[in-house]
This record gives sequence, C-alpha cells and structure tokens, in this order.
Amino acid sequence: MDLKTPLTEKDVRRLRAGDIIYVSGTLITARDRAHKRVLSNCRDIPVDMEGLVLYHCGPVAKKVGNEWIVLSAGPTTSYRLEDVEADFIKCTGVRMIVGKGGMGEKTTDACMEYGAVYCSFTGGASLLAAKSIKKVKDVFWLDMGMPEALWIFEVERFGPLVVSIDAHGNNLHREVINRAKSRV
Amino acid sequence: MQKEDFLRDVLVELIKKSETVLPDDVITALEESFKKETNEIARLQLRTILDNVKLAREEGLPICQDTGTLIFFIDMGVDSPYRHVLKAAIHEAVEISTREIPLRPNCVDPFTGKNTGNTGERIPWIEWNLVEGSDCRITVLPKGAGSENCSTLRMFNPSDGIDKIENFVVNHVIECGGKPCPPVVLGIGIGGGADIAMKLAKKSLLRRIGERNPNKVVADLEEKILRRVNETGIGPMGLGGNVTALDVHIEYASRHPASFPVAISVQCWANRRACVVIREDGGVDWI
Repeated sequence: MDLKTPLTEKDVRRLRAGDIIYVSGTLITARDRAHKRVLSNCRDIPVDMEGLVLYHCGPVAKKVGNEWIVLSAGPTTSYRLEDVEADFIKCTGVRMIVGKGGMGEKTTDACMEYGAVYCSFTGGASLLAAKSIKKVKDVFWLDMGMPEALWIFEVERFGPLVVSIDAHGNNLHREVINRAKSRV
Repeated sequence: MQKEDFLRDVLVELIKKSETVLPDDVITALEESFKKETNEIARLQLRTILDNVKLAREEGLPICQDTGTLIFFIDMGVDSPYRHVLKAAIHEAVEISTREIPLRPNCVDPFTGKNTGNTGERIPWIEWNLVEGSDCRITVLPKGAGSENCSTLRMFNPSDGIDKIENFVVNHVIECGGKPCPPVVLGIGIGGGADIAMKLAKKSLLRRIGERNPNKVVADLEEKILRRVNETGIGPMGLGGNVTALDVHIEYASRHPASFPVAISVQCWANRRACVVIREDGGVDWI
C-alpha cells in the first residue's frame, strides 16, 4: 500500500498491524535530544509537523556545496523514546512514526487516542533508506550533532514498512513477545 | 614509507572493510535464515537486509548508519616491530576513516555531551594480548548501540545449575524483542569475574558463525541455547519468525568457588568484523 504526506487521521485509522506499506512525502528525523528540545517548547519549533512522518534516525550526511547528501539513514531503536513519544504525538500532530524494535504501552495508547501509527523499518538497512531520500529540504539544531539534529527529508516510496502499532490498540512486537513467553 | 604511515594505511583499509563488507559466514547465515522463514514479514526483513548488504559492498559505504564504537583486539607478537607505533596509528586511522568513509561521529563525553568524532577518552578501545613471535594480528569490531544496550550480566549462585543459565539467556532474548536487530549473534561469557565474563562475551563475537567451542560440553550448550532461542519465535526485527539468532558463542574462564558470573553480549545481524595480520617484514595477510 502506498501513502503520501500529509497523512490524515482517516488515512492512518485504516491501517492494521501487520500491513506492509510505503510512504512518500516529508519525513522529519528526531532522536533523544531533539525530542527533548521539541517538548521543552512545543509551540516554537522550526517546522509544522501536522500529518507528517517522524523518523527515529540519526543519519550520516555530507555537505557538497550548499546541498546536503544523505549517505546512510537507517532507523534507531525506538524504545528509547517511549517515555516521551505520547507527548510528542500530542503536541506535534505527527500521524506516523517510523523506527525499529517496537514501542510500549504509552505510545500504543497515544496512537489510539490521537490517530497515529508506528511502523518498523528494517534495522541496519541504512543504504536502502538513503536511496529513497530524494532531497534534504532543511536541517535544524545541528548544534546537537549530526545524528541528533532535526532533518527534514523529502522521500519517495520509503519502505517497506511494517505497521507494528496501529490506531486500534494492536502492537505486533508486544504480541510476538507475549507469544514467545508462553512458549518457554 | 615510514612504518607508521604504512600501518595507518593498512588500518584505514581494515576499518573500511569492517564497515562496508559483511563477513561471508554472516552473509551465508542470513541467506540460510531467509530459506527457513515462511511468513511474509520475516522474509521481507531478511530480503531487505540482504539487499542492503549487497548495496554496501557495491558502493563501498557503511552497511548501517550506526558505524559503532570501534573496538580493536590485538594479538601483539613480543618481537613485532609495530608494537611501539600501533596505538598512535589506530587513533590516526580512526580519524581518517571518520572523514573519508565516512563514519558517523559516535564518541560523546558522558558529562558534557560533547561529540568528539570517533576518538575520545579511552576510545577507540584497544584490547591488548601479548603473544610469542613477531606477527601482529589486528581485529576490529564496530559495535552498534542498539545491540550493545541489550548487554547484561548476572551473578548466579554456584548451586543454581546450568539450566538456570539457559533460562536467563532465553528470557533475556525475549525481553529484548526487536531492540537489538535480530537475527542476533549471542556472545556469552561464563566465569572469571564480572569484568572477565563481559570481556569473554564480547570476544566470542569474533568467532565465525557455526564455529563451536572446542570443549564438547560447552559446544553442546551453545547448540542447545541456539535451538531454544530460535523456538521463541521473536524472529527478524522482533516481528515474528523462525530465526532469532544466527549463532550462540560461549567462552569461559574458571570461576571463584563462591561466584558464577554469566555475561551476555548481544550483536545485531550486522556482525561486522575484519582481521589482518602484519608480519615482521611488512607482509600483510587479510584474514
């Protein structure tokens, strides 16, 4: 299934855990420090994220002339953001989060309440991810270092992504772990 | 060419190889895993991994954007002419590689938060082992944080028995779920002391996939834990599937009578490592 940003609530409520999708449009990267900075003053952030995709990623990029070229942009472990993600969804209005490894109950509840989904991109597949980045539209907060900055990417058919948390309370990673526990 | 310059150039090549070319035993294990998977999501994860590995090799770019903390394992011959210059050459090579490959700056001061590239206080870490002879054997292990954050250590009671250790490992893998980027390689260190067990766990990751511990009892335990871990169904990226671990490696040391440390070092599917031997006469053997 192919989706385009800006995503509407209806777009994401249609998705179900286990769906395989591709997304085109605008992706914004934020890791630990960028989450902290966004949440410290949510009304005053450099970009309107309503309906966009948040990507847990610390890219490797190179500046050639005035243009940034992204060499490598795989997902980082999403669970580190578990404590703050619900507030991030609430204050920014992002409709999709992409990362790896899954997230917990707080994020699952927030996805259900505000209408958002969490998708997994294959960890380590950083070159395939970079290939779908057509342009670096902007970058903010480079003072926090390249991996922690807020990168704005224009992407084309970014994926394959597996919907792991849908907007109906399903969490694929949690199901897999619960099944594993019942097997040992 | 000066000894230092020669050594630095070999090291830059070694680092580049480790970051861009996944060892053949790991690729074979991933290909075999793909054949073992039946569900669409698990197959998709492995297909994506294999495509990405191929692309990295073709384009000479890092496999993963987390180019890791660089750890060097050195077997230094006591008669090697490189013993005085290796440390400085490693630091210089890491700085050059960071600029040229390029590597992500992954070295942060724990107190100020300042990112200093890939060299900093005690980093890159160098494990020295003095050996007989004049060869210098260098292995580099770039270790990513997603899997490193799943490291753990438990001090067991000596009366606990091996099955408790098995359960500890299996339950830990389940708790980690998709976080360490499975299918993982599990390095397990047993005995010695807390620090020794952890070092052995990490060092065991240098072994080839499928290579068993020479001690039959330990080799059997490796296979048993591997089977049990794969029965959990955690699967590639924790999204479910038949392959959760590519292999389990155990290294051990004798323990104190009152102590039974067990350490787990988890490695992601990108089990990156590269090794070179530099002979006394400057001959270079890529392993």
